[in-house]
Amino acid sequence: MSFVTAYLSLIVLLPLAALVWKSADAGRTGFWDAVTDPQAVAALKLTLVVSVAVSLINAVFGTIVAWILVRDRFWGQGVVNAIIDLPFALPTIVAGLTLLALYGPNGPVGIDVAFSRAAVLVALLFVTLPFVIRTVQPVLLELDREMEEASASLGAGPLRTFRYIVFPNLFPAILSGVALAFARAVGEFGSIVLISGNLPFKTEVASVFIFGRIESGDPAGAAAVSVVILAISFAALLGIGALRRWRTRHDRV
Amino acid sequence: MSRWLLRVLGLSYLAVLLAAPVGLVFWRTFEHGFGPAWDAVTTPAAKHALYLTLLIAAIAVPANTIFGIVCALAIVRYRFRGKGIVNALVDLPLALSPVVVGLAYFLLYSRNGWFGGWLTDHGIQVVFALPAMVLVTIFVSLPFVVREVVPVLHEIGTEQEQAASTLGASPWQTFRKVTLPAIRWAVAYGVVLTTARALGEFGAVSVVSGHVVGKTETMTLHVEESYQAFDYTGAYAASFVLALIAISTLVLMSLFKPKEETR
Repeated sequence: MSFVTAYLSLIVLLPLAALVWKSADAGRTGFWDAVTDPQAVAALKLTLVVSVAVSLINAVFGTIVAWILVRDRFWGQGVVNAIIDLPFALPTIVAGLTLLALYGPNGPVGIDVAFSRAAVLVALLFVTLPFVIRTVQPVLLELDREMEEASASLGAGPLRTFRYIVFPNLFPAILSGVALAFARAVGEFGSIVLISGNLPFKTEVASVFIFGRIESGDPAGAAAVSVVILAISFAALLGIGALRRWRTRHDRV
Repeated sequence: MSRWLLRVLGLSYLAVLLAAPVGLVFWRTFEHGFGPAWDAVTTPAAKHALYLTLLIAAIAVPANTIFGIVCALAIVRYRFRGKGIVNALVDLPLALSPVVVGLAYFLLYSRNGWFGGWLTDHGIQVVFALPAMVLVTIFVSLPFVVREVVPVLHEIGTEQEQAASTLGASPWQTFRKVTLPAIRWAVAYGVVLTTARALGEFGAVSVVSGHVVGKTETMTLHVEESYQAFDYTGAYAASFVLALIAISTLVLMSLFKPKEETR
């Protein structure tokens, strides 16, 4: 027991305490100045907006992919199912380089998103791809098809059945996937750093901003914005935990 | 009709976002033949980067495996105050930005940090050296073994363990002979995830490494460094190695997963 406490304190708690302590170094006004610095605000705003956008896009496409993996049968389905987890396993810098090779200035298809906000969007879509698929898939597998058959036999069309029967059952799982994707997107760094060009006020996300402040010798400013990111991560985790409890309660009924 | 529409939509999304880019990197790596790619991954800098990456993983993965098993046992089998906090702290590395993690360690162990001054005075260099790189890697790969083992421990219950101890087994014997065999697939799965995360870490290591080529550069840092230096073959070749490791991870995961489900 004391081993667990000591390990967690040394690895997780102490460094984060040092971070919070440093952010308070410059006093309340110093902290406030650091997080309301226009460049910091622009970076935080971009991070939040793009993170929400990728979570929603992946909510739609993640549900579609989960659907064809569970309900459809086609050649190569096993391989498709296996590569879904690739963004989890692939190092983020490799993910960034990978996207840059195809959607960068020397790409073979003539689409060049490098150094634009679209690049940030593409990178985050890539790294958060598996979350919604992997939360929706097991629920869809367990879903009783009799309800859908009943709905169809009572004359409801496929859309109506999806809207009133399938979707309400999948909704908690989709929401969990969205929360996980959002939490991941807010902190992402490696996949964005090469492809976004890190232009302040344009493509600079919060993690890249913090990295820049460390490099330019302003650890207090970096720490202040880090505390904001830390707070968002904590809130996202609490949300994910609450969703999980809600879903298990939901299951028991 | 709608069935085909969904199939086309879903598969094209995966093709555009996932299959095409990854496939292209493989192609780019061997664009000029096998020779240049092989030369690029056998330069002294690349070899040292691979060595350092494996060394860091060789320390971080066993540490987190032992911690993961003990922590999962503590969470499931014991009641103690602050269990909620332990749970939250274990999950935090999943959600926290790696750059923030790197900064936290930098602040703690750099010269002006809480521990940094004392350690530097005693000749121990933590930041911009191996120790900090190992510590941040332990941080980011901490949750995986715990999160895989906890549900299995819940599921197997305590009956067999109680039977073993009534028959006179010591706690260690009970663990070795009863608990460990029951959780071994979950541990293996967790170890695979931990290893993949440890080998692939970039942001946190980047902050605390100092980027000294041939000294504190891991594989992922080597990819970035090569790319920034316009050595595209070097960057793609190193990426190819990391991608191969990632794909082996997926293969191992699919080998361990079914056994876990049919236990």
